[in-house]
Amino acid sequence: MSSLRAEWTKLRTSPGTIWLLLGVIALTVALGALADGATHCPARVCHADPTRAMLIGVDLSQAVVAVLAVGVISGEYGTGMIRVTLAAMPRRAAVLAAKAATVTGVVLVAAALGVAGAMLAGRLILPGRGFPPLSLADGPVLRAAGGSALYLALIALLSLGIGAAVRSAAAAVGAVLGLLYLVPIIATTVSDATWHRHLEQLAPMTAGLAIQYTSGLRGLPISPWAGLGVLAAWAAAALLLGGLLLRLRDA
Amino acid sequence: MITTGKSPMSRTPAAPTGFAHVLRAEWTKFRTVRGWVIGMVIAALVTVGIALLDHSECGGQVTPGQAPVTGAGCSVPIGPSGAAVSDSFYFVHRPLAGQGSITARVTSLTLPGATGPARLQPWSKAGIIIKASTRPGSAYAAMMVTPGHGVRMQYDYTGDLAGLPGPVSPAAPRWLRLTRSGGTITGYDSGDGTHWTRVAAVHLTGLPATAQAGLFAASPGTSIAGSQSLTGSSASGALTLAAARFDHVTVGGRPSHGWAGTAVGGGAPGAGFHQAGGAVTVTGTGDIAPYVAAASGGTGTPIEQTLTGVFGALIAVIVVAAMFIAAEYRRGLIRITFAASPARAQVLAAKAAVAGAVTFVAGLAGAAGAVVFGTALLRSNGNFILPVSALTEIRVLAGTAALLAVVAVLAVAVGAILRSGAAAVTVLIAGIVLPYLLAIALPVLPASAADWLLRVTPVAGFAIEQTVQRYAQVAASYTPRTGYYPLPPWAGFAVLCGWAALAFGLAVVLLRRRDA
Repeated sequence: MSSLRAEWTKLRTSPGTIWLLLGVIALTVALGALADGATHCPARVCHADPTRAMLIGVDLSQAVVAVLAVGVISGEYGTGMIRVTLAAMPRRAAVLAAKAATVTGVVLVAAALGVAGAMLAGRLILPGRGFPPLSLADGPVLRAAGGSALYLALIALLSLGIGAAVRSAAAAVGAVLGLLYLVPIIATTVSDATWHRHLEQLAPMTAGLAIQYTSGLRGLPISPWAGLGVLAAWAAAALLLGGLLLRLRDA
Repeated sequence: MITTGKSPMSRTPAAPTGFAHVLRAEWTKFRTVRGWVIGMVIAALVTVGIALLDHSECGGQVTPGQAPVTGAGCSVPIGPSGAAVSDSFYFVHRPLAGQGSITARVTSLTLPGATGPARLQPWSKAGIIIKASTRPGSAYAAMMVTPGHGVRMQYDYTGDLAGLPGPVSPAAPRWLRLTRSGGTITGYDSGDGTHWTRVAAVHLTGLPATAQAGLFAASPGTSIAGSQSLTGSSASGALTLAAARFDHVTVGGRPSHGWAGTAVGGGAPGAGFHQAGGAVTVTGTGDIAPYVAAASGGTGTPIEQTLTGVFGALIAVIVVAAMFIAAEYRRGLIRITFAASPARAQVLAAKAAVAGAVTFVAGLAGAAGAVVFGTALLRSNGNFILPVSALTEIRVLAGTAALLAVVAVLAVAVGAILRSGAAAVTVLIAGIVLPYLLAIALPVLPASAADWLLRVTPVAGFAIEQTVQRYAQVAASYTPRTGYYPLPPWAGFAVLCGWAALAFGLAVVLLRRRDA
């Protein structure tokens, strides 16, 4: 419990934390509003998924989440603080768990606020672009909104794990964003339909963001909750690797 | 404490402040950090490695353990300029020896057996043509009528000149004439057969003494605007036919007979010709035009398709170049650096030069490897690689390397502005890779928004890799997803350079103002 409090104090008092969290909220809302304005539904049958467009800000704000979560551990390596932390709390797994809990908590709050703002922007803008009004009472819309907040929390855990494994903040952020953004780009060159599908099912971003779709679910490479499960598996694997290396290596 | 670095003490002659010294110091720093050197090697290897993931096959199914079956539909004819062309049409022809001319009146261009909502394509075409031979890709010059673009004179696939405007009909027939003198062919058109207007005279190389002259009809397939990937390999379209009625056909001033019909480049059901009285009706499909993969179902692969791995290299380069400066801030080394060489702009320029030069070398090696091995792999799987001139290939390879080098400079500048490697890496990846992802790889944004992203963000620089061209006379979906950037190659590259210059300028100003 004391480790949790210590981590919470560190996170709370770091100068960058509040700005990064505000960045998560602002980017989620702003990019979503821009996409709302760019998309339109000319005919009665819309090919575009309005929920996905509305929540597209998550594609960008996950990068800010990655910086925040990587910084929680890599920042300590950068300043040498990690040695103090581990001297005070020798149980390294507990330290990582406390970091995971605190960063997940703050990211969840910021993500929920950002998603709520994006939903509000969508409700204001999308009806003017020819889409029927969206409602949170609609099951798939609620799943997309809640799932997006969970998605960002899982990205935080994935980033924390990779940060613990890689230690250098810049390299860790590069690795996280490479893993997220690069695989969908590589997938465009894989012309074999089966492999293309497998790649999209396994890639943390394409699988995880399946949660944001409300229509055309059959055309998706993976079903929404299974996709979020794939991302959770990536996050668990990264945390396991990070925790293991944290235990094995000198600080 | 060092504040501005401009104290007279630091300008003593003993201090090595020349740019060459600063450059050497920065080069030493770069090459002695193993992680950075490894990062650059990874950048080159990733570029090649991802190119080798493309196992596209042409010509049908491949059973494991057996050689791929390659079909005739996998190759594309090559035109007189060495570029790939579309050359399929119905040709009603006879030999034309030496000097001579061909004249015909076109009274209609219609859709044969028209039922339902099908319409002629704006670039369906029919008329008279003088062509070196019936081999697809041979030199030609033609006068033609089109439904949407009036009378045209086209030659050697890319040449396209306008004649009389308006569509053809029995009430408004079009007279067309081509005369040959050596290698020069002159086209004329007329509304009445007595008052002729010269459209142009063009010179064809490789026209034999006896060429083929005659009537033709062609109609391009409808291309389905793509939700397809860059490969376009699954782009689908429907064949269309166009039928043209000719009369008053004379070759060398005399009514001509002894016509032979050839479906150049493979025919289609319904294509052919028949004569009734003095009239000849020709029905054909296909197109005589430059090759555009997005218009013709995509059997040809452009070389830039092997360069997707550059995005992997990009991330490695961004991480290394941002750390190259941010690590100095983290460790406090920057204070020693500025004490040793107080001209801060020079230090930043030296860092940018070292990062840029190393990246250029790694990027060039990666791009060359990706294109050489990637195209070899694609060819071995039966794919047709669209030929490009040596100059274009150099532009693609050197351009890719330069693109990465400019990104390295941008990363050094952003690293100096933000003084945090992680923040700089995030800003750059979100600013370069994410726009590409949103515009091309994820089918989320509408095309107009995607075009906008590829114009203003640094990813516009990737236009330098584009070898495929737009042609006004080929209707196709020229979108980023089919390989067409909204900006021309050098303009796109200039956008990226603009971002780098802006960031560098801001970094110099901040470095001078702030404490180190």
